[in-house]
Amino acid sequence: MEDLSLPKIDYAAVAPMLILFGVACVGVLFEGVLPKAARRVTQLVLALLGLVAALSVIVWQSDTRVLTAGGAVAIDGPTLFLQGAIIVLGIMALLLIGDRAMEHGGAFVAQAAITVGSEADRKQAVKEQGATEVYPLTVFAIAGMLLFVAANDLLTMFVALEVFSLPLYLLCALARRRRLLSQEAALKYFLLGAYASAFFLFGVALVYGFAGGVEFGTIHDSVTESTQSTVLLYAGLAMIAIGLLFKAAAAPFHVWTPDVYQGAPTPITGLMAACTKVAAFGGLLRVLYVGFDGVAWDYTPILGVVAVLTMLIGAVLAVTQTDIKRLLAYSSIANAGYLLVGVLALSKDGLSSTMFYLVAYGFTVIAAFGVVTLVRDADGEATHLSRWAGLGRRSPLYAGIFTFILLAFAGIPLTSGFIAKFAVFGAALDSGEAWLVVFGVVTSMLLAFPYLRVVVMMWLSEPGESTPTVSIPGGLTAAALVIGVVATLVLGVAPAPLLDLTTSAADFVR
Amino acid sequence: MNALLIVVLAVPAAGAAAAALLPDRVGRIAGTVAAAVALLASLPLYRDSWFSYGPAGVRPWHEVDYSWVPALNLHFHLGVDGVSYPLVVLTALLTLLCCGFTLWRAPEPGRGNTLVALLLVIEVGILGTFLALDLVLFFVFFEVVLLPMYAVIAVWGDRDRAHAARKFVLYTLFGSVLLLVGVFTVVASAGTADIVALTGGGELSRTTQLVAFTLLAIGFAVKSPLWPLHTWLPDAHTQAPTVGSVILAGVLLKMGTYGLIRVAVGVAPEGARWAAPVLGVLAVAAIIIGSLVCLAQTELKRLIAYSSVGHMGFVLLGIATLTATGIQAALIGNVAHGVITGLLFFLAGAIKERAHTGDLAQLGGLRETAPRLAGVLGFAAIASLGLPGLAGFWGEAFAVVAAIDRGGPLWTTLGVVAAVGGALTAAYFLRLLRRVTHGPAIGSLAPPTLAPVEVAAWAPLVVLALAVGLVPGLVLGMADGPVQALLEALP
Repeated sequence: MEDLSLPKIDYAAVAPMLILFGVACVGVLFEGVLPKAARRVTQLVLALLGLVAALSVIVWQSDTRVLTAGGAVAIDGPTLFLQGAIIVLGIMALLLIGDRAMEHGGAFVAQAAITVGSEADRKQAVKEQGATEVYPLTVFAIAGMLLFVAANDLLTMFVALEVFSLPLYLLCALARRRRLLSQEAALKYFLLGAYASAFFLFGVALVYGFAGGVEFGTIHDSVTESTQSTVLLYAGLAMIAIGLLFKAAAAPFHVWTPDVYQGAPTPITGLMAACTKVAAFGGLLRVLYVGFDGVAWDYTPILGVVAVLTMLIGAVLAVTQTDIKRLLAYSSIANAGYLLVGVLALSKDGLSSTMFYLVAYGFTVIAAFGVVTLVRDADGEATHLSRWAGLGRRSPLYAGIFTFILLAFAGIPLTSGFIAKFAVFGAALDSGEAWLVVFGVVTSMLLAFPYLRVVVMMWLSEPGESTPTVSIPGGLTAAALVIGVVATLVLGVAPAPLLDLTTSAADFVR
Repeated sequence: MNALLIVVLAVPAAGAAAAALLPDRVGRIAGTVAAAVALLASLPLYRDSWFSYGPAGVRPWHEVDYSWVPALNLHFHLGVDGVSYPLVVLTALLTLLCCGFTLWRAPEPGRGNTLVALLLVIEVGILGTFLALDLVLFFVFFEVVLLPMYAVIAVWGDRDRAHAARKFVLYTLFGSVLLLVGVFTVVASAGTADIVALTGGGELSRTTQLVAFTLLAIGFAVKSPLWPLHTWLPDAHTQAPTVGSVILAGVLLKMGTYGLIRVAVGVAPEGARWAAPVLGVLAVAAIIIGSLVCLAQTELKRLIAYSSVGHMGFVLLGIATLTATGIQAALIGNVAHGVITGLLFFLAGAIKERAHTGDLAQLGGLRETAPRLAGVLGFAAIASLGLPGLAGFWGEAFAVVAAIDRGGPLWTTLGVVAAVGGALTAAYFLRLLRRVTHGPAIGSLAPPTLAPVEVAAWAPLVVLALAVGLVPGLVLGMADGPVQALLEALP
């Protein structure tokens, strides 16, 4: 029997993931050891320290370009950039998650297992502090995302997909208010996510049958050389794409998005809208650019149709929404479409502009959900749009911030939204995908209407009896808001440094 | 001197911030001072046009060029020449007058400092549009104007303001999208967004030019506005507060015609030649239809608004001829319309404020009740109908001359019909004067005299209308070189 030789691992390169998985495990231990009163602060500080440490390692390792762990993990420009983006956005989301100033006990329920509406539930709603398991769960999710964008074979990618999905399913169910809605959202997300994972796994099996391996390098070689039936290849790629497009919330795999975004606790919605999107598109980019670039001619038209459908569905349905969280959900679907336009440019410009778009959108969307957490009445967040009427009179500052954020979503110049859209559309035009750009521009205009409607409602309607007040944000939410708004402005006015960074990072290793 | 280009944009921007942040009264003063400084800074940008020899296309008198986003090849490229200089000064002047006017009286619901701040932001956008020599930068500034103008109409407007503001935004957004697609088309196929390099068509293929011109021209036609895309204009004008109407008619519409000359014609000349007959026919249709609608109007501001459609028709006819005379006519028509219609809207605002109605049937005998107001109104109306010796004459007359010069049955017909439209213009303005200033006095105006601020705000416009009318060389002289340069670049 021959000796089992373990693959060599470049520990410095994978350190960010190790740190975060370690921190998450320590967090779980703390749950069992620490007294209740001390947990929240300790967990929050621990999680933030872990994220900052991981970010520092990424900055320190920024020139690394290696395949490690037996070729299962690729640390290259896109990996490092996307990991950095996920961590920065994760820190912002964590700030929202950690804030308890707006609501007694925070946005999370104390004991999710208690039956909704029971005597015990009423008691805990009034008295108990929110669960602190959310911090290690969030860190697990973020760590899984880091692995997801670094995965260099399909199996590692699948494992990472599950690692970041499972904590998110749980987190969705933990809302303090409207618990039934939250649990329903989590169940929907879990069931549909499980289907998507199954599709992904089945696709991996088919591709293995075609290529005889799951590493992207092997797949890339066999796409050009293999004599196997291409049915396996196309069916496999299609199923893998379904799994990834589900996470990215692209039509027709988007139906979970509005319900889950609405039901989940708002800070978690922010985390999903920003970080999950980065991770999903990071994975999609690597699969399409590294593994299957040999069949680009075959999948571009199909994914192009998906992109157009996504933009249209997101934009058209956003017009009809009456709930701010659902509106933002449909806007996030439409933005997935714009990101797909960038992905389908299939060029270095396409890669760098997609990465820029992900970061720009992430900052803006977390700030948007941050504002949503502030607009509240006695029943918690007031998310129905009619309740936002006249908000501009009640609190011009937050209405102004939200207006700015919506303008960024609409892609008005001097916000990051304009530069990001300009970059992805430019890249797509250079690659000859003019039809995608035409749809992109037309849907952007459509999508501007729901945003403008909210702006008009906030500023031009008279505040009524039911206009909720805006809570003074706690320090953490305020910090996240400031970061988001400043980033949106700076990336709109002086985007050159980040664009340079994405350009220099836009090289996959194979 | 080049740094002045930056100053002209930075000062109103800073003024806007100051006006928004400071308390009402102080904010208004700060904003007005900023507008005055911007006007002073824009004046020395002038340079004798004999200077401008060089390659065909655009020869800026002054320019600054910074790399803004290298990765996307965006440049912060500003420049001024004889085509843009009169419009820049006009913008700075009208904004100053509007800010000064607001200093004296802010329309309902008050908050004059916010209004001044928005006016200054609009000024930044308009000036930037006139100064930009980079296509993407041009688009960025073009967009900056949209939302503040929307807010001005929607907050300080008349009773039906929400509807008018929404219509304005929808139309303008539609135009912007086409403009953006056009910009994308040009930039993607030429590989550069530099207007100086792009002027003359350069490497763009004929098909690209046709597509680009169509997109850009429709985008600008919404803003200008060209019939049949004009329907937002009467509503917006009628509902906007006086200062909003003045800026809207005075300079905002000029972004469309300026863009048509500098961007659409400059960048896609073959497309322009191809589309010129259509543009000409639509322009003449605008003249005739605008005049006929004016003849049937019963509301003062609405009448003036529709007269804008007719006047911009003359400007567009001049551009459509693609001759030196025609473009010169368009440029002077632009400036004249800005001055005169700005004045007309100030007057309409003053009358509506005193009489509390704009209904022509309920106005009358202004000559007796408020003789000075009636005098200025008469002057402005006569200037607008194109009496020789006043500013309105040159643009209309030479647009017709250019069309006739162009020759051929189509252009001759267009010239003749446009001339008939000119006569109709006279008819409806005289009807306006008969209804408003003559006839029996209906109701009383309070106060019948003019406030000093009103005199101060109107005097520069009256003087300019007279000066441009008597010495058209003021505008034509400096535009001569640039227009020649532009036409040399056309194939």
